[in-house]
Amino acid sequence: MKNQIEAIIIEALQDLNDDIESESLENPNKDTKIFGEDGALDSLALVSLISDLEEGIHDHFDKDVTLADEKAMSQRRSPFGSVETLTEYIEILING
Amino acid sequence: MDKTVKNEIMLITGTRKGIGKYLAEYYLDKGVTVIGCSRGESSIDNDKYRHFILDVSDEKAVISMVRDVKKEFGRIDVLLNNAGAASMNHILLTPYKTIKETTETNYFGTFLFLREVSKVMLKKKYGRIVNFASIATPLKWEGEAAYAASKAAVENLTKIAAKEVAEYGITVNALGSTPVWTDMINRVPKEKLDGILSQQAIKRLGEMKDVSHLCDFLIDEESNFITGQVIFLGGVS
Repeated sequence: MKNQIEAIIIEALQDLNDDIESESLENPNKDTKIFGEDGALDSLALVSLISDLEEGIHDHFDKDVTLADEKAMSQRRSPFGSVETLTEYIEILING
Repeated sequence: MDKTVKNEIMLITGTRKGIGKYLAEYYLDKGVTVIGCSRGESSIDNDKYRHFILDVSDEKAVISMVRDVKKEFGRIDVLLNNAGAASMNHILLTPYKTIKETTETNYFGTFLFLREVSKVMLKKKYGRIVNFASIATPLKWEGEAAYAASKAAVENLTKIAAKEVAEYGITVNALGSTPVWTDMINRVPKEKLDGILSQQAIKRLGEMKDVSHLCDFLIDEESNFITGQVIFLGGVS
């Protein structure tokens, strides 16, 4: 499941990068920083990514999850910090 | 199709009766595809109408409905966040259950639909959202604490959401109606209603067409520079 989630995130980041053209998102991998310190996305792009991911998760796992989180916009503790932390976060949501 | 409605896919909450039902039929007549919802069965029979049965404060149900609409229609151009519940009582006699349910329907429901539909709209970089405020808020009607406070929350939500989604081409405004002859108003005693109308600049009950006229204006494509506004009918401010 982890690999599938990671693939969904990476695909969503690549799609998003068609719009925002960030160098750090050209070849995203599990260590890619998404949001916060050194993150590739600003809060506007993050909202767009969340929307794509929720749809991707629904299509792959037939699960309705909301990625809204109290810590989403936190610079330090956001689950959107990197592809790796986001993968873990989504896995918890799907299994919850 | 009417020039004011190039918007083709519209979601309206609370369409079983009252203003919501009127607006659904009004826009269906203009050729718009309307997706509605309420806690009960649909009361609208039209090929371009789709109905969902749900409680607007049920997060899972709202997410699922908006996802289904996106799958079927590909986009949502307009959201009329109309679903509302009235409550009239003295604060000292108001049960917690009443204030909780009023807030859930009027504020939480509005919030959930705004959040979920915005996610669909941002992909198209276009959207028109109209929330439903009430003149009970600026006029501070006695006996309406639960209702007026929930609508005050809707006003603030409207103004902040307008800032947060402006970048995506989405406008968010609120329409503050005066009393209009609906089931909600039937329960208000005549003396109280006369007292209410005396506080308006134009002292009459609203008509459904007053509401749709303002809606037309707020959702017009040309209204792309108008957002974060709460507009009241009847000359209330």
